[in-house]
Amino acid sequence: MSQRIPVKDLTDSFRGRAVGALADDQLRTNFRVAMDSLMKKRADAFPDEHEREGLRELGNHIKARALSQLPDLLEQLEAKLTDNGVKVHWAETTEQANRIVHSIIEAKQGTQVVKGKSMVSEEMEMNDYLAERNIECLESDMGEYIVQLDGEKPSHIIMPAIHKNRRQVSKLFHDKLGVDETEDVNELIQIGRRTLREKFLEADVGVSGVNFAIAETGTLLLVENEGNGRMSTTAPPVHVAVTGIEKVVGNLRDVVPLLSLLTRSALGQPITTYVNMISGPRKPDELDGPEEVHLVLLDNGRSGAFADAQLRQTLNCIRCGACMNHCPVYTRVGGHTYGEVYPGPIGKIVTPHMVGLHQVPDHPSASSLCGACGDVCPVKIPIPELLQRLRQENVKSPAEQPKVKDGGAKYSRKERVIWRFWTRLNTSPMFYRLFLWGATRLRKLAPKNVGPWIENHSAPVPARRSLHDLAKAHLNQGDR
Amino acid sequence: MSERFYDAAPNATLVAPERAKPRVYPAKPTEVTLFGTCVMDLFFPEAGLDAIRLLEREGIRVHFPQAQSCCGQPAWTSGYVNEAREVARAQLNLLDNGLPVVVPSGSCAGMFRQHYQEVFAEEPDTLKRVESLAERTFELTEFLLHVCKVDWQDLGKPTQIALHTSCSARREMNTHLHARELLGKLANVERLDHDHESECCGFGGTFSVRMPEVSGAMVLDKTRALRESGAAEMVTADGGCLMNINGSLDKQQQPFRGRHLASFLWERVSGEHRS
Repeated sequence: MSQRIPVKDLTDSFRGRAVGALADDQLRTNFRVAMDSLMKKRADAFPDEHEREGLRELGNHIKARALSQLPDLLEQLEAKLTDNGVKVHWAETTEQANRIVHSIIEAKQGTQVVKGKSMVSEEMEMNDYLAERNIECLESDMGEYIVQLDGEKPSHIIMPAIHKNRRQVSKLFHDKLGVDETEDVNELIQIGRRTLREKFLEADVGVSGVNFAIAETGTLLLVENEGNGRMSTTAPPVHVAVTGIEKVVGNLRDVVPLLSLLTRSALGQPITTYVNMISGPRKPDELDGPEEVHLVLLDNGRSGAFADAQLRQTLNCIRCGACMNHCPVYTRVGGHTYGEVYPGPIGKIVTPHMVGLHQVPDHPSASSLCGACGDVCPVKIPIPELLQRLRQENVKSPAEQPKVKDGGAKYSRKERVIWRFWTRLNTSPMFYRLFLWGATRLRKLAPKNVGPWIENHSAPVPARRSLHDLAKAHLNQGDR
Repeated sequence: MSERFYDAAPNATLVAPERAKPRVYPAKPTEVTLFGTCVMDLFFPEAGLDAIRLLEREGIRVHFPQAQSCCGQPAWTSGYVNEAREVARAQLNLLDNGLPVVVPSGSCAGMFRQHYQEVFAEEPDTLKRVESLAERTFELTEFLLHVCKVDWQDLGKPTQIALHTSCSARREMNTHLHARELLGKLANVERLDHDHESECCGFGGTFSVRMPEVSGAMVLDKTRALRESGAAEMVTADGGCLMNINGSLDKQQQPFRGRHLASFLWERVSGEHRS
């Protein structure tokens, strides 16, 4: 075990965080139990595999078509939303997006924000940005509320607090809210709800994400199960929606299959409890709804992925989380190991475009390429293929001009030399057979200390005779 | 055979393999080439020889070109495209004689059938030869089942086994369906499910050395599930997974072992008892 790299040197890496997560039995049990349940729910939601495969194919085509018309659809969306009375803002970076949101709140002299669940706002680190400017930003999704209360980040894009079990939540509520400990899930939810209910009424601004932005009608569609999304988008006088530019689709017909794919893939639901369709602020004759609605469209590296035909498929994602639920790596290390906003397989392919490969150099390699993610993806993103592409971009030298932001993070001359040697070995039959001869004759001398392999395995010992050798003797046909 | 989606053990990852057009199989040829794969070459050569024996038993003359080496997969999955292409080209040139190519390892067969197109994507002239190789490439169990249409008499004692299939091979080559059906032909062999059967064993080529802790956690779970299945042994038709699983079992000092499906099948149909 002396070969193990000291953990302290790795704490800031995927591998280092994975070591910590793997040692946490409670965490591993929480994830295994939760992911098994989610896999089963998804499977049960698609009882007919042919229907499922047909729907996935359709979902893939709808997203591919929408992306092929992305600039036009975004312009159409902006025009239609503007007609509907929604103010549309464009942000290239998360900094710009935060500034826009802040200025909207400032214009209203707001001090309290209530937030529905939004991964883009996590991407922006909006809570921190606003807190630094003395604006309280409260998460209203139960899972988000739990992680916010504990000063953590979400560990799953759909279920942010999935790394905690009910006992841990009970203890957290007891410590932070001063309530009695209870392991009754309904009671725990009620505790959270009572706290949040008042905040909805007090908030100056409500922030939400968007699941689908529909260009033809200028509609923002938002799915949720707790009602907090509807409260956040209707109770406060101002609603600010934040979303990535890839969420736009052509029309409502496109949404029907995508919605079905999303809710069934995520939690195995035929439909979510709430489906909010927001097409503008309160009209003069209406009794409720916000007075102002804003949409912030965020790029944050997405156009970089968009520019490459293969990597563009990353933007098909409808954020269902099925890839992480089915990922053997995610299941074992949990979401925080990824160290970024988007964990799991989708995180590995989307994050490099946002923060650059130098920030997440190990993400592409942290996969056995087993392909479970790609097999369950509702919009058929070929995640293993894209991981492999990122690996290619990651080992390029500066001269080879990597095509992904900050590519070449894993470029190593030493490793190149090893692969050149491997190539020579496998392209020269004489050299290869000499290698086989040596390895089989000197098998007892084969190195026992073969790097990280021996942490999990006995040292491999070559056979006495190679297959080349055995086959030649058996077939007695020389070099045929 | 109806192409069913993977119905794994209870609790397992339910994974639907991508289904390309159903493959149309040729009549049984008189000669084939065996591509032994680099892992089998050095670590499981006897299983490669058993694959040859199984093919010869069907009246097929087997060629084993001595100039073969590796399909190029390690470099390909590590992102070293040029290196992978050079090695792939050497195999492509070698296997260019029109004979069917039988591969006793699903992921290597998948490399020929699925990934060479990507490896040579920028060489239109080469792609024709790549297509020819893809059409002629068969994973061993697939070949025995669909091309040889084997009809076996099981000469072994009653036994219970667990089957492990490589994830990429399952997806690219439907090896789980082929191996299950082939094992179903053996009257005295009962195949037992194991927990999370379709979950990855943690090998993933260089993944196992780049992320040894995560890979190690995966193989520990896999070996435990296999041991707890009640099976006497595990069989698999993928050398990488076999090396991973057996290496881990040996390190754990567990007596349970896996072996290559070719050796298991040969033992059953030849009556030759080894262990």
